[in-house]
Amino acid sequence: METLPLWVTIPGTVLLVFGGVMILAGSLGLLRFPDFFSRLHGPATTATGGAAAVLLTSMLCSAAIAGRPMFHELVIALLLLVTTPVTSIVMLQAAVYRNRARLSHDPPAADPRTGRST
Amino acid sequence: MNEVFGYAVWFVQVCLVVAMLNATVRLFIGPAAQDRVLAFDAMYLNGMLLLLVLGIRSRSTAYFDIALLIALFGFLGTMALARFLMRGEVIEP
Repeated sequence: METLPLWVTIPGTVLLVFGGVMILAGSLGLLRFPDFFSRLHGPATTATGGAAAVLLTSMLCSAAIAGRPMFHELVIALLLLVTTPVTSIVMLQAAVYRNRARLSHDPPAADPRTGRST
Repeated sequence: MNEVFGYAVWFVQVCLVVAMLNATVRLFIGPAAQDRVLAFDAMYLNGMLLLLVLGIRSRSTAYFDIALLIALFGFLGTMALARFLMRGEVIEP
């Protein structure tokens, strides 16, 4: 195991502890919140705080290993930045539509072809 | 300082495993189908972060590609499942 320089380990330790706390908070929120719409906030915390901390530490670590600046992890960060709101919105739409269809005995108020309410 | 960094890596690994366990519990007890989809989403995210932390721990850059693929396909899977919950079909004719 090669030793890492100090400019990796000191920010890396701070970032990893912060990211671990954020990940724990997000998973506890997923487990303990009462309904679906508040449960949606938990994985968002993991995807922003925890993922940012772990990706920054990984970027520092791989830069120290390769001996030159590495920006490969920015691809994952960009992907998460783009995809997390999209999945949140789509799951929210599905939950609203399903709740509405379950509560009413009429045919559902939203058109299933477009997903919008008529 | 390397030992403290090793302890921090260990702490994040424990946190990620606990988070995956919580997501598994939510996957099993989730009252509605959308809760299970959300738990699946959180699980693939935690698994991807666990692979990255494993790459930090073993001082290797080979885990990056696998993490990228997991992020990509997890997004596709969550998207397809949510679309299926809403409309009953994934690809529309």
